[in-house]
Amino acid sequence: MSSLTRARRRALTGQLFVAPAAVIVAALFVVPLGMLVAMSFQDYPLLGSPTWTGLDNYAAIGHDERFLGAIGFTLVYTAVTAVVMFAVSFVLVAIANSKRRGARVYSTFYFLPYVVGVAAATLMWFVDTDTFVGVFNQILTTLHVVDEPVAFLSNPTLAFWTIIALVTWKFIGFQVVVLLMGLQSIPAELYEAARMDGASAWHQLRYITLPFLRPVLALLFILNVTGSLLAFDQFLILTKGGPDNSTVSLVYAVYNTAFVSFDLGRAAALSVVLLVVLLLISAVQLPLLRRKDV
Amino acid sequence: MTAPLSRRVAAAGRTSLFHLVSSVLAVIFLFPLVWALLSSLKSPQDANAVPPTWLPDPVSLGNYQNLASYGEGIGAYGWNSLFTAVLTVLVTVVLCVLAGYGFARFEFLGKQPLFVVILAILMVPYATMLLPLYILLGHLGMQDSLVGLALVEAVFQLPFGILIMRNAFESVPRDLEEAASLDGCGPLGALRHVSLPIVTPGIVTVSLFAFLASWNEFLAPLIFLNTGRLFTLPLMLVNVRSGTFGEIDFGALQAGVVVAMVPCLVLYLVLQRYYVSGLLNGALRG
Repeated sequence: MSSLTRARRRALTGQLFVAPAAVIVAALFVVPLGMLVAMSFQDYPLLGSPTWTGLDNYAAIGHDERFLGAIGFTLVYTAVTAVVMFAVSFVLVAIANSKRRGARVYSTFYFLPYVVGVAAATLMWFVDTDTFVGVFNQILTTLHVVDEPVAFLSNPTLAFWTIIALVTWKFIGFQVVVLLMGLQSIPAELYEAARMDGASAWHQLRYITLPFLRPVLALLFILNVTGSLLAFDQFLILTKGGPDNSTVSLVYAVYNTAFVSFDLGRAAALSVVLLVVLLLISAVQLPLLRRKDV
Repeated sequence: MTAPLSRRVAAAGRTSLFHLVSSVLAVIFLFPLVWALLSSLKSPQDANAVPPTWLPDPVSLGNYQNLASYGEGIGAYGWNSLFTAVLTVLVTVVLCVLAGYGFARFEFLGKQPLFVVILAILMVPYATMLLPLYILLGHLGMQDSLVGLALVEAVFQLPFGILIMRNAFESVPRDLEEAASLDGCGPLGALRHVSLPIVTPGIVTVSLFAFLASWNEFLAPLIFLNTGRLFTLPLMLVNVRSGTFGEIDFGALQAGVVVAMVPCLVLYLVLQRYYVSGLLNGALRG
């Protein structure tokens, strides 16, 4: 009897310890998640009272050209970012993983932009890419790469690649650190044994490095994709979605729908769609990561 | 037994090539950061010169002075950012230490479901949650409030923080606490005097990430804050970027960027060990 009450007391103590977090999570996560779904079924103006409209908001997505444009743009942006980030990070991690002197210092330098906030990083690029005041043009003209200053943000293609360069510079440090840790967790004896057996560098990469790195690569790929699908700050700050609305991402479209068009119901429906897509990606992620067998 | 000359030359060549490529890349990565600092120290005229000058000559604090008189002054916006970040850290640490301890040490009804809900926060991108949170904070009278902003920012730190604290508490031997409870300590006393000192590295990691996330956050304050006087640094700087009457003060902008990034760089360099371990813990959460 006394042991039962003791167990009950311990259970109650445990519940008291997690209670503050549980209350906050209920109030600021579970409730708003429910509200989001409810809002998506309503005509919800920023001011004034909402009315239930069933699936209208979802049906309207198919005719929303701005949102469809944002989907296309975001998919292209996500694919290009992933390719560029992986290509560049392989070069950087090769440097960081070198046993030569200075490798550690180099990798610290490559990491520093990751530490700076996205807004601050984007703002310095905004200054640097300016046609007249920007130093990038000054460098390019001094090196005679171009004769006339380039207006980086004035045409869609250039603006797109400027953003790609910015996010690669800003975020790649994280990818390099994770890859480096993955590489260093591979037992060195495996490479020694392979060398004794006369395996070429290519074979070592193919049969030791890549299989061991597969879970890390899968994880980075997923983080890369989900991060790109949710990108917003750099578009609002650097290009303001321009030129000609050519750089409006999904979250940017949601933001515009809510706070420029004041149509919160439609914005909520767009959010739910985005949320479901990301949940599906997370669901795919789990088995990918669990397969640690070679 | 020295290697033939030709092979030593080839090896030296490869090393030189390694350093050439690595250092060119290092310059590319560092350049925008260094350039922001250099530009901020130019005179306001030089910082806006066409074409740009290379080095600050003379060195001037004029851009920082202009920033001090922009709107409410950089000090006010810096204070807003600092206040929000510190409050986010406090809320995050208190909730994560208590919950992490509860999850690590006790068995109770609803433990598993609650843990799953908290981890589900990781799967739900917070950008999609800001709309209902905006409405909800309005109902709670916390729209346009730094406290409301900090609470929301803390919620999205919880999964990472509780996971780290739970693991930290699990690695503390139970015997230590049992000895303390024999000495008459209650559960809170055992937590405070026995386990808390041991899990300090976890607390530092959680605090560091909560601080940086809040300090750098842009979208949440953009949506939640309407009153200019309450703007955080990133929000205020984006206003500078938009310019007044079409004129953008690039020097003031670079000075503001420096003010926003220096705390991040300093915290990273001082707490590098915690930073990297937290990064890997967070990344390998799967």
